[in-house]
Formats: sequence, C-alpha cells, structure tokens
Amino acid sequence: MEKLIAQIKQGKVWPFPGGIHPPGQKTISNSQAIARLPLPDKLVVPLKQHIGANGQLIVEKGQQVLKGQALTKPVANWSVPIHAPTSGTITDICQMPSAHPSALPELCVIIEPDGQDSWCALAPVTTPSQLSHEQLIDIIHDRGIAGMGGAGFPTYIKADSRKAIEYFIVNAVECEPYITADDVLMREHAAGIIAGIEIMQQLLTPTLTIVGIEDNKPEAIAAMQAAAEYNDKIIIQTVPTVYPSGGEKQLIKLLTNKEVPSGGIPADIGVLVQNVGTLFAVHQAVYEGKPLIERVITVTGNTIHNPGNVWALLGTEIKHLLDCQGFSPVPQQRVVMGGPMMGFTLPTVRIGVVKTTNCILAPDHDELAEPGPEKACIRCSACADACPASLLPQQLQWFAKSKEYDKLKEHNLFDCIECGACAYVCPSEIPLVQYYRVAKVEIKEQQAEQVKAERAKERFELRKQRLEREQEARQNRHKRKPAAEKSADEKQKIADALARVKNKPAKDDDKSAVAAAIARAKAKKQNQEATLEPDNSDVALERAARKEQARKYKEQKAASNTAADPDDKKSAVAAAIARAKAKKAAASEDESDNTTAAPTDDKKAAVAAAIARAKAKKAAQAASVEKDNSESEVATASPADDKKAAVAAAIARAKAKKAAQAEPATSVENDNSESEVTTASPADNKKAAVAAAIARAKAKKAAQAASVENDNSESEVATASPADDKKAAVAAAIARAKAKKAAQAASVENDNSESEITTALPADDKKAAVAAAIARAKAKKAAKAEQAASVENDDAENETSATAINEAEIAEDKPEQTAQDKKKAAVAAAIARAKAKKLQQEGSDK
Amino acid sequence: MTLFYALIALGTLALIFGLILGFAAVRYRVQSNPIVEQIDTILPQTQCGQCGYPGCRPYAEAIANGDEINKCPPGGDATVKKLADLMGVEAKPLAGGEQAEPIKTVAYIREDECIGCTKCIQACPVDAIVGATRQMHTVLIDECTGCDLCVEPCPVDCIDMLPVETTKQTWKWQLDAIPVTQID
Repeated sequence: MEKLIAQIKQGKVWPFPGGIHPPGQKTISNSQAIARLPLPDKLVVPLKQHIGANGQLIVEKGQQVLKGQALTKPVANWSVPIHAPTSGTITDICQMPSAHPSALPELCVIIEPDGQDSWCALAPVTTPSQLSHEQLIDIIHDRGIAGMGGAGFPTYIKADSRKAIEYFIVNAVECEPYITADDVLMREHAAGIIAGIEIMQQLLTPTLTIVGIEDNKPEAIAAMQAAAEYNDKIIIQTVPTVYPSGGEKQLIKLLTNKEVPSGGIPADIGVLVQNVGTLFAVHQAVYEGKPLIERVITVTGNTIHNPGNVWALLGTEIKHLLDCQGFSPVPQQRVVMGGPMMGFTLPTVRIGVVKTTNCILAPDHDELAEPGPEKACIRCSACADACPASLLPQQLQWFAKSKEYDKLKEHNLFDCIECGACAYVCPSEIPLVQYYRVAKVEIKEQQAEQVKAERAKERFELRKQRLEREQEARQNRHKRKPAAEKSADEKQKIADALARVKNKPAKDDDKSAVAAAIARAKAKKQNQEATLEPDNSDVALERAARKEQARKYKEQKAASNTAADPDDKKSAVAAAIARAKAKKAAASEDESDNTTAAPTDDKKAAVAAAIARAKAKKAAQAASVEKDNSESEVATASPADDKKAAVAAAIARAKAKKAAQAEPATSVENDNSESEVTTASPADNKKAAVAAAIARAKAKKAAQAASVENDNSESEVATASPADDKKAAVAAAIARAKAKKAAQAASVENDNSESEITTALPADDKKAAVAAAIARAKAKKAAKAEQAASVENDDAENETSATAINEAEIAEDKPEQTAQDKKKAAVAAAIARAKAKKLQQEGSDK
Repeated sequence: MTLFYALIALGTLALIFGLILGFAAVRYRVQSNPIVEQIDTILPQTQCGQCGYPGCRPYAEAIANGDEINKCPPGGDATVKKLADLMGVEAKPLAGGEQAEPIKTVAYIREDECIGCTKCIQACPVDAIVGATRQMHTVLIDECTGCDLCVEPCPVDCIDMLPVETTKQTWKWQLDAIPVTQID
C-alpha cells in the first residue's frame, strides 16, 4: 500500500481497457465566466431529484416561501429535502413532466418568484472542524445535497460510510464532450471545492485524497493545484483524456489500480468518489449555510448564440436557459439533457433543471446527426474493444434481442455503465445501449415480479391456512363439550358464586320476608281459583306481619338505592304468572292434587327440599320412568296441609312432567328457572334452606347438562331473586334469554361474560331491566351468531320490544310442541305474554 | 474349495461395498427440488384460477401430472416457454387465444360506490383487499396480483381492473418505434 501511495504521488495512472476519443467540443463553452441568469417567470421544482425516496411536502399551495426554505422534509431512508430556489409564492403543487427520457409526470412544486430573492435565515458554520461527525452529516442532509455528477446519490449516505475509506477520489474528469460545468467551477471556485474536500476528509478520514482531472483542462488543474497546495493529503492527478474516464469504476481503476467487484460499490474496496460540484455544494452548505438550490449548467450547441456556463436555479425551465443564451432552433430541433454520449433528448423544453442536470445541449443536425437506421451486426468486435468494462457488447446485443435474460446476467450486463462507447464505434449504427437499458429494466422487472410472486404465494398459503383454521374452529364449536372446555379456574369461580348465593338467603331474613310477601300474594290468588277451600285466617295474620317486614326491607333498600321502589303492578304480574302456573299444575295432574295436602308449616321446608331433590334426580336421569318416582316421593313426603306448599309441590310436579316430555334442554331450563321464581316465593324462614336445596339440585344438573355456565347463572339469578318479586321476574326474563341463547350455542367467551353479568345482577329493578335488555340483545345476537360483528348494542336495544314479543311467541311455540293438552299451552302462552308485557313496560319506564 | 473361497470373498466385498453405498446414499442425500416446486416458482402466483385449478400450486401439480402447460394467461408466453424448457415439451401458444403479452393490471375500488359488502374481500386469494362490513374497502395495490377474482362478486360493480402505471423505474425505451426518415 505504501508502494501504491508512492506510485500515486509520483503521478502514475493505470489506464482502464477500452475507451474512445470523441471530439471534445469543450472550448465552445469554457472560455467565459459563469453567468447569472435573470429570474425566470416560474420555477418547476420536482420533489424527487435524487436516487431514493421523496421527501414529505411541508408547504402548501398559495404559501409564501423564502429563498432556501425547505419544501420537503426527509422521511424515509435515502430521502433528501428540496428547497425553494428563490423567494416567491407557491402557485401550484402538481404533476409535471420529469427530467427523464420518458418525461413521466412527477410531483413538482411550482413557485412564482416575487423578484425579491430574499433568503431565509441561514446558519453558516465558520469552523466545521469543531462540529461532530453527526452534526456535519445532518447539515449535508438537511441542505439537500445529492450527487451532482449524474446519478444523484444522496451525499449524506456516502459521507456517513460505515466502511473505512482509504482513498477519497474527487471526480473532476468531466470526460463527456461539450460539458465544461466542472471545468469552469474549478477555475472560479477552486478554494471552495478544496474546503468541501476538507469537510469530506474530516468525515471520512481517508489516507489520501486524489483529485482526478483530465489533461484537457489545464486552467482547472492549475487552479486546483494552487488551492490545494497547503494540504499534502490532497493530490491533484492529471489523467489522459479518454472517454469514459469519468465513470466511477473507470476512475478508480485509473487512479488507484483497484477494481470494484461486480455488483459491489467502491466502498467495498475502501474507495469513495465524489463529484467536484457536490463538494462545492457541501462547502456552500457548511460555510454559508446555503442549501442546494442552484448549480452550474453548460448551455451549448451550435444553435446557441452564446454558449457558456450559467448558474441555474433548480427548477428553472430549460426553455428559459436556452432563451437567455440565445437560441435559434432548427427544424426538428433536439435538446439533449446531459452530454451527447449519455444524455437523453428531452421530450419538451418545459422541464425544470434538477440537481443532476449538468448540460443542456442544443445541437444542429450537422454536429449531432440523427442515428441512421440500424443495420445488421457484422461482428467486427469494435464494440468489445471500446468497452471500458471489458464486456462483450455484441453478445449482449444478441441476447438482449432474443430476450435471453439469464444469458445476459451471465454476461454481466449489470456491469455495463451505459457509457455508449460501443454504440459510438458501431459501424452498423446499432443502438446497443438502448438494448441494454431495456434489457436491464426487463430483468429488474422480472426480479421484482419474482419477489411479488413469492409474496403472493406466501399470502395465498397463509390465507388458505387461515380459512382452514376458521373452518376447524367452526366445526369444533358445534361439537365441543363446554364442560370439558371450561377451565378449572372458571369452574372455581362459578362454584364460589354459587356458594355466595346459597349463603345469602340463609342470612337475610328480610329478603325471605319479601319473598314471603310474594308467596302470599300468590296464595291469595290461589285461594280464589283453587278447588280446595282454604283456611286462611291464621296464615293471613302471619302474612300481615311479613308484609310489614317486607315493607321495612324495601324502605331500607330504597334508602340505599333510590331506584328501588316497590312496584305493585309488577308484583301483581308476577303473581299472575304464579297463578297461571298453579292452575296449569292443577289441571295437568289429578293425583298430585290429592297428595299435596301438606299438613304443617314446619314441614314446608321438607317439601320444598323434596321437590328440589326430585328435580335434581330428574335432571340427572331425565327419563319419564323417574317422573313417577319423584311424584310419589313428593306425595309421600308432603304431609303439610298448607296450601302454599301444595301449590309449590304441584308446580314442581307439573314441571317434572313437562321436563320429562320436553325434548330440548332449553325448555327444561326455561321452566326450571320459572319454577324457581315461583317455588322460592313461599314465605317461610326455612325458605332459605329450600332455595339452597334448589341451588344444589341445579348445580348437580348443571354438572350434567350441556351448558354449565348458563345453568349456574340461572340458578344464581333464581336463588338470589327472592329479594323482590320484580327483580325475580326480570331475572326470569334474563334466564329465558340465556336459555335461548345457550340453545343456539354461542361462543364460550360470550357465555362467561353473560354469566358474570348475571351474577353481578344489581339490586334495583331498573338495573335489572337493563340487564334483561342486554340478555335479550345477547340472545338475539347469538341467534345471528355469524354476523356477530355487525350487530351492535344500539340496534339490539332499539329492538328490545320486538324481541320481547318474539320471545313471547317462542315461548308460546314451545309448549305447543311439547304439551299434551292445550290448556297447558294456553297457560304458558299467557305467562309469556305477561312477561313480554312486563318487559315492554320496563322498557318504556326506562 | 477354491470356488467356495472365491464366492465368500466376492460376497464379503459385495456386502462391504453395499454398506458403503447404502451409507453414502443416506449421508450424502441431495435434496432435489421436486418438479412441482419448480413449476410453482415459474407460475406467476396470481392465484387467479384461469387455468381451471384453484390456485397456482394445484396447477403446478396438474402440470407435473401431465396437464397442458399453456393454461396460464397471466404468465403469458414467457411462462409457457419456461415451462416447456423445464418439462422438456414443445412450447405451445396460450390456450383460448389469449394475448401473448398480458397487460399487468391491478384492481381498483371506486370507493364512493363501495357499499361495504365484504364480498370482494372473501374472493381475494391473497388478502389484498382491506375493509369491514358497511365500511369502504380498498385494494393494497402492492399486494394485488390482478387476478380479476374480486370483480365478479361485487354487487355494485365498483371494481375496475386498471393497468399498472408505468414509473420511471419500469419505463422502457421504445425500441420498435418506426424511425422517421425524410426521403428526398
């Protein structure tokens, strides 16, 4: 390496293969100083003037901007901001033809200059050596500096190279004919360029900086040598004039005898190349704080009266440049952006100058003739001799024509720098580079498509998997045994809740008193309808006492909860339900009537317990055979002659029968929940025990039944209900809704949440009503099941009354299907109607 | 006796070499890419079903089992050619008289007309449509394979198949443009 540096310092260069010597035509434009142009009428500033992503617009139409004000801010990687080239108004932000051979429209900011040319606040730095690496990188980034040699690579990325840079090469070769922008820039601003080089040296800390200048620019070489004299780390190297020595890879080979590996970047071999124009822009950005808003452009060609170099604001329309330099177009005039070798003919001159525009060439037909028609390749191999990348242009051409892209890749098409040397030497005038360009785009497109196809495949597979998963889940939902799916944790919770509920009525005498009041009301109704003649005198006294108790309790409750006030109407409704049930029970079974002569109050509890047991047993076995047994059990175990007990027993029996007949579990559950409300109502201190028994029975049944959660929640509701009859009725409604839902097999989560709602059933009836509404809504939702997402609570609530009617109808239907006598059905219908009515009332009350 | 020894010697040798070969066969097994995989990578993965199979993979399997190779309109002649090379059969023109160079399209939902029925979402084989019930849907252009499958189910016909826009990255020089020459 020491040897290499010594050789470089001696001025040795290592010629690259190939290359051509087109006429320079540089003297046309390099004799004059860089001119300043008058402000154009409008500036068309494209958002994207570099390789990488667009910045994000931070200005809007109609906004006043100052010279140097940022128009975009960088967002993604490789995005470089653009700045207002002069002060003025943004008249539009729209799609305009871009500085590209296709002239495909591109988002541009259109600025109408106000003529003031007033700068925004700048932040110049006098001693960049005191700035940190990051600060300098940020300055370079924020000032929008991108490579000005041709590709427009964001400079901040190059300057922040992760790899160690050994040689920093400054590209001042400017090998393409006609172009003299870098030449005159070096002549006029050598000191600035050297300052820019020093900033890059600070950032990259290279061993050596080599400035490569072609020997056809003696003034520039002299100016640079004079400016760089004091810095022994900068070597001004004169290179022979040969096209394309300004190509990055060619220049590296020329100056350091290193070759960039195929597909690699110069940093891979510790080399970094920057254009002189870029370095001057870096100097301007750091020392003067000026963003990149103007650049030197060579305006030349035979049709230009006053060829030369100009400072052009970015966004200046090409037409303005041409007009200012005097332009007399010939028929079928071509205007080329860039040089004659690598430039492209502009489709329109209404295109703004961008950061990479170094030359506008307006030749007449003599100096740059239209290419003639393509002739057959004669295999002269002149192209191979001229190729600076040691490729086989002729082979590439064949493969490109036959679209053999694999072969093209094998022949290293992507190492082609599109310099045009092959096409220049081709005697058959084959537009070789054009073929390569098309082939390159095709290959890139194919690769992109391959990537896209891979992703599409992946997405397709994932979708298929997802659909399979969903299907499986749906099947499982139908099949599953909820008891098995319930986690131990949930079971524990339910058991706890159950225990709580059981303890509650036992402790609370007041509550049972209230329940007693309900029972009394029922019994009263029963008196009027039952065939047995009641003996009520002493019971009535008892009742009066309990009424008092109930009132007291309700007052207490009202004190704690304002919403809870006694509602006679509702209790009447509940009573009506009880009555209807009792009637039904009486009608359905004759023998039960005989046996239900319950002797004493004390034994009521025993009777209730027996009922509960019977139920439990029944539920466990669910067979019609057992029905008889349970009935007989009831018969033998019921010595009490209290009418109430009799009624309860009758109800229980009726239920048992019905349950035995009813096939769907839902109706059983419905009935049970109802019966609980009723059976729980007989007023007695031992009612608590009864309720507990019921709850136990329920729990047992629940363990065996299909939907554990629902039953539990129902039993909880039911046992907790004696607090007041209204609530009980509401709870019954909820339970019904639940039963319905359970039948429709909603998801486990829903069930859980609902059971929670139920256990948390509020003390006041208003809340209970709301809960009922929710339960109904849920039931409805469950029915819809699939469209769960679309059903919103609002909708469900709005339809509450309708749902109530539906439920009533359903309730009507079920007994009709199962009951053997029409009377029973009529009774059940009456109950359902009453309930629906009540729910409606509650809804309207609310 | 000599014959006996010779047989034993040969048998032993055969056994040893057999063991070596057997071990080598297991130890140095080359995981060759099954033909279905290779065909599948050639197919354009639009999952459009125009071949009559529910996706590219099933078609790849069908080709491996001897189906025609010219049933993939989105792939065009290039795909047919590649498949012909792979399968060692004659390349044929596309079935159904499809154009050789298919124009790449992507779905575009006219969003103000979309009623949010989710039908197109269900139809999309690559989940490239986003939206929810009664909400406007839109197509993820980058993920859309241009398979047309969403067009049919749309009840309000608000889905258009638009050609993919040319960008500067995908733009190509027009090489077959007829040169304009002046004849004196």
